[in-house]
Amino acid sequence: MSSFLRIRNLSVSLDNGQRVLRSINMDLDKGEVRGLVGESGAGKSMIGKAILGILPRALKIDEGEIFFQGKDLLTLKSNELRKTIGANAALIPQDPLTALNPSHRIGPQITNRLVDILGWKRNDAISRTYDLLDEVQIPDAERVINSFPHELSGGMRQRILIASAFAAEPKLIIADEPTTALDVTVQKQILKLIREMQVRHGTTLLFVTHDLGVVSKVCQSLSVLYSGKVIEDTLVSSFFKMPQHDYSKALLTATPKYTDPNSDLIPVPEGVLNSVNDEISKGDKEWLDGR
Amino acid sequence: MVDNHRYMKRKFGMRMWLSGGWLVFLIAVTLMAPILSPHDPLAQDLFASRLPPFWMDGAEPGYYLGSDSLGRDVLSRILYGARVALVVALIASTATCAIGTILGIISGYFGGWVDMIVSRLVDIWMAFPPVLFAILLIAVLGTGLTSIIIAIIVIDWTRFCRVIRAETMSQGAMDYVSSAKAAGRPKFGIMIVEILPNVLPTIVVLLTLEMGIAVIVEAILSFVNLSISTDFPTWGGMISEGRTSVHQAWWVIVFPLITLFLTVLSFSQLGEGLKDRFDPVLR
Repeated sequence: MSSFLRIRNLSVSLDNGQRVLRSINMDLDKGEVRGLVGESGAGKSMIGKAILGILPRALKIDEGEIFFQGKDLLTLKSNELRKTIGANAALIPQDPLTALNPSHRIGPQITNRLVDILGWKRNDAISRTYDLLDEVQIPDAERVINSFPHELSGGMRQRILIASAFAAEPKLIIADEPTTALDVTVQKQILKLIREMQVRHGTTLLFVTHDLGVVSKVCQSLSVLYSGKVIEDTLVSSFFKMPQHDYSKALLTATPKYTDPNSDLIPVPEGVLNSVNDEISKGDKEWLDGR
Repeated sequence: MVDNHRYMKRKFGMRMWLSGGWLVFLIAVTLMAPILSPHDPLAQDLFASRLPPFWMDGAEPGYYLGSDSLGRDVLSRILYGARVALVVALIASTATCAIGTILGIISGYFGGWVDMIVSRLVDIWMAFPPVLFAILLIAVLGTGLTSIIIAIIVIDWTRFCRVIRAETMSQGAMDYVSSAKAAGRPKFGIMIVEILPNVLPTIVVLLTLEMGIAVIVEAILSFVNLSISTDFPTWGGMISEGRTSVHQAWWVIVFPLITLFLTVLSFSQLGEGLKDRFDPVLR
């Protein structure tokens, strides 16, 4: 009850009835960093989007509760939701190329949100922007602030997005595959940066990724998703030593070994997939019957 | 880190100079028409009918581009005709642009039933043949400057609406819109602050294109005598009158045609040039 973010029975489906999220349960403590892993299409990003209230139009929430800041977000009016989320949560989006508005300079993009939406004084917002750019280790902040997004590299843009996400000191940040669009060397810096910022600000972080290596470096706990269902929910330390679910085990085995580059890739065995799929369709049937 | 792109000066370009130059020239001579025109555009002089332009044999001083079958000075009529053309171009296209853009952004961003209603309306609207539609409208509204402007707005808002809607939809799918939404920006804020600046280059192109189209529509309506009353010179009216005497006095039809052609071309070229300058990535 007292957890910081509590998701109960969250079910989301497409408008043709296909289920996207299947009765998700999840608890985050304050300051926790939780990884959300799964294959493409497993619904990892959708959990984050459901929390922030930015699900695509084609998806609708069938049932469930998302408790955050003592309120069930799903029962709030869109106006209240906007205010609660805007002031307390933020998103680090996946693709730094499209996540900054190409028509506005970097500085106004960060400050205007603080001023327009959260009612900051412009001067405060501007000095906050400088501080943040300094914090995300952007040299020559003056020039970057006056640049348009297309004039900056991918790594720089991702740093700016991180700065922008932390701007209003949100209590919860959802990082939606923040390193997927970057090359490996930049990935490492960005991960380090996110981790440092998280520790410094004590932010709770929901880290969506498909990379177990990233989870092992950044997160304390993780949820494994398959086809919109939480397969395993555990601490990172115990997960890598002994995963509980067969699918998790197979997932770990499937991760390529850097120590042996010539080894074959091991796919998740069909038997495991079949049993998980059976489990899911059984769950779906019960869920449908219950409605 | 910061690339050199922005420090490269973009050339203003011959296209912009020529088209902009022609339009500025046209606006200037239109404003000064009473001073510049050698004759009263309406004054008939049957003794001076079908005079050739100044370089040909038989030209009379003062009739630089010749005169028509009623002895009215072609140059003066072109200058005064430009007034109607430009007024229609500016007012009709701006109003068309405003209506089409507002509806386009709203239906593109909200989607759902709002989009459904607007899009079906556009589909139905576009099924009417535009020129016939215009002629019908003028027949109902009666001739006159206001009627022409209203007719153009009514026919052409769909053009803007379609394109801006599509553009808004593709912008709306971008991550920057969802992060603005997550940051708590209200819907109208997103439309105005986030999406509008990114569809602006398209709006500019369409707007200038529409100015050209408005000039043409006005000419067509004058050609079929449905524009403003015949005692005010219009390019379309001149072309229509010149048609009957094209073998005896080709200048009556050719000069207004050239002016019309250059004006429409300039509007569309200006739009292309401006688009590049409004586009943040190309700028």
